[in-house]
Amino acid sequence: MSLTTASARARRDWWVGYAMVSPVVLGALLFVVVPLGMVVWYSLHEWNVLANTFQFSGAENYQRLVEDQGLHDALWATLWFSIGLVVLNIVLALLLAVLLDQRLPGTTTFRTFFFSPVVVSLVAWTIVWSFLLQADGGINGFLSLLGIEGPNWLRQPTTAMLSVIVVQVFKNVGLNMILFLAALQGVPEELQEAARLDGASAWRRFRSITLPLISPTILLVSIITIVGSLEVFAQIDVLTGGGPGSSTTVLVYYLYQQAFQFNDFGYASAIAVLLFAIVLVLTLLQWQSRKKWVFHEV
Amino acid sequence: MNPRTAHRPRAALAAASAAAALLALTACGGDGQGVAGEPDTPDEPVDLRMTVWTADEKQLAMFQEIADAYVAENPDLVSSVSFDSIPFEDYTTALTTQLAGGNAPDLAWIFESNAPEFVSSGALVDLAPVLSEAEGYQYDDLEPSALELWKDGDGLYAYPFSNSPFGVFVNTDQLEAAGQKNPADLVAAGDWTFDAARDMAAAAAEKSGKQGLVVRDFDYQAWENLATVWSGWGAAPWSADGTQCTFTDPAMVEAMTWIHDATFADGAMPGPGTTADFFAGDAAMTITQISRASSLDDSFGWDVVPLPAGPSGKQNVIGQAGIGVFAAGKTPDVAADFLAWFTDPENAEKLSAYFPPPRESLLTADSLAAANPLLSADQLQDVVVDGITDAVTKPSHKNFAKLQETVRSQLDAMWTADADVAGVLGDTCDAITPLLED
Repeated sequence: MSLTTASARARRDWWVGYAMVSPVVLGALLFVVVPLGMVVWYSLHEWNVLANTFQFSGAENYQRLVEDQGLHDALWATLWFSIGLVVLNIVLALLLAVLLDQRLPGTTTFRTFFFSPVVVSLVAWTIVWSFLLQADGGINGFLSLLGIEGPNWLRQPTTAMLSVIVVQVFKNVGLNMILFLAALQGVPEELQEAARLDGASAWRRFRSITLPLISPTILLVSIITIVGSLEVFAQIDVLTGGGPGSSTTVLVYYLYQQAFQFNDFGYASAIAVLLFAIVLVLTLLQWQSRKKWVFHEV
Repeated sequence: MNPRTAHRPRAALAAASAAAALLALTACGGDGQGVAGEPDTPDEPVDLRMTVWTADEKQLAMFQEIADAYVAENPDLVSSVSFDSIPFEDYTTALTTQLAGGNAPDLAWIFESNAPEFVSSGALVDLAPVLSEAEGYQYDDLEPSALELWKDGDGLYAYPFSNSPFGVFVNTDQLEAAGQKNPADLVAAGDWTFDAARDMAAAAAEKSGKQGLVVRDFDYQAWENLATVWSGWGAAPWSADGTQCTFTDPAMVEAMTWIHDATFADGAMPGPGTTADFFAGDAAMTITQISRASSLDDSFGWDVVPLPAGPSGKQNVIGQAGIGVFAAGKTPDVAADFLAWFTDPENAEKLSAYFPPPRESLLTADSLAAANPLLSADQLQDVVVDGITDAVTKPSHKNFAKLQETVRSQLDAMWTADADVAGVLGDTCDAITPLLED
């Protein structure tokens, strides 16, 4: 093979390679990198949409992040929401997956039942729940049949947050359940068999064999669920509007209020940068911690 | 390592910048200038766009008919006029997002609560020169009190095309079934008070198992609609100049206590989380704007009466809506010229079929009767014509968006049976005072 032919082939490969990745690279540039740069730029400005003014304000918006009590409340609400969602979602998803892994009669129906909300429109799902959770809605109607007087779910701070979490858990638990189920079915039967012969109890086998072997999936599911919990918006908007008080005003909802209700796009951009930083740090922390508890990373 | 997890940081980055992407699609709009007199003929005819919150086909058809006549009359200026219908709930948010995105409409409907914010922002052009100089416009016919909210000095920054008084629609079937008097008789006898309305509503609700008195669109969120009640106590959320919180004034405390008790003690008003649509027969009474009469049919007996009197007497309340011309629009002078056409005496009469106009000459029961077949001459006189006289508007402020959310958040603590009404109102004042001074 001559040198010229090799060089021509390398050049062609170079072009083909770049042509293949260009849609993704261009998409990422256009819809991720450039917007991210612009939102940082906006966050350094005082931008009044109505008055059509756009003035450089330096770190003023970031100073407000430190001083704004409303933001601090939103961060707390986000923390509670995330903890509640992640714990409930992962525990329930794992429990359901373990049950489905038993090959009992009716598992297909059961799996469909829990997975179907994943493919339902989020807003439609939430609107239906908003009717069920009203003071005189379906849930309290059912409770009254049992002689229980249900609370006004969406109008009390504690039950409002709990309601939003539960609605979100039921919406997405099916997806995590399927991921866990796939991981459970990948656990080698011979390892379980060997442990059984050694006299290990069911719980011991689950803790010492199953859990370590599905730990990569637990990592994946935790990252997806935590990132998802920080993005919650539609459920809050439809169910509570951030109330009662500011008990369910999570970070993204607060960002929305600042930008689109109060027209304070500069400050909202600073909140978006903060949200980005939080997601990045949390993801990096989980990624770094994987070596300590994820089986294949040991 | 699980290969799927390796991509998560990038996915996280993409997720976190979702808001950034939204913001990145925006750009600053162009500068606009005030307009006066005849518009300059543009290089080529322009397309005008007006954002509205109605989706009523009859209303939109009427707007289009008026607009088409303008296009036919001014082919050098405009090639078309379109009406962009945005849902009521998100109207102002959608409008400001369009402004932020450099896609300002030429004209827009504006809620009265946002009026001071829009008027003082410089976003709208001064219409007074165009309207006062337009041929046959009869600018002096415009009711000065109707224009007040939309003026800044001598400038008029929007035309209040709708001045719809609040009244009380009553389900006479439900009241009769509960052995209650007809509210119209109480009005005639001078006994139509909030206390009477509360008692009748509670009795009707108890009998029917449905709801009593509904302040429409309040829903424990849009608290500004409670102005239709507290105005009867002479109360207001803040001082006329918008600098002092007055939620703690005795009149407001009394009025809010009345609302609280009517809800939680008397069962006369639906509690939080309960939905009731009067027009679907779910409630005995509703306080709403007269323009909602079009939602009624013959499925139950109904009447409409003026707002009841409170301890400080009867106070009329109107909800206004204005049409403004955006300075950031492409041709504000042409848009202003179209507005002068859209609201001239002849077209204002057509619009009065749905929107009580700010023109004195049209505010008579006779002229409104032709356009409002569902309402009798007496109802029009008592509720519409008299209802606009000396009326106050719902609360408005140049910082209204933040005030609305802050007050909503504070008042949430009031909507429980054992709430300390005066204490909550005190907290509300503490929370909004910095916003009023802003």
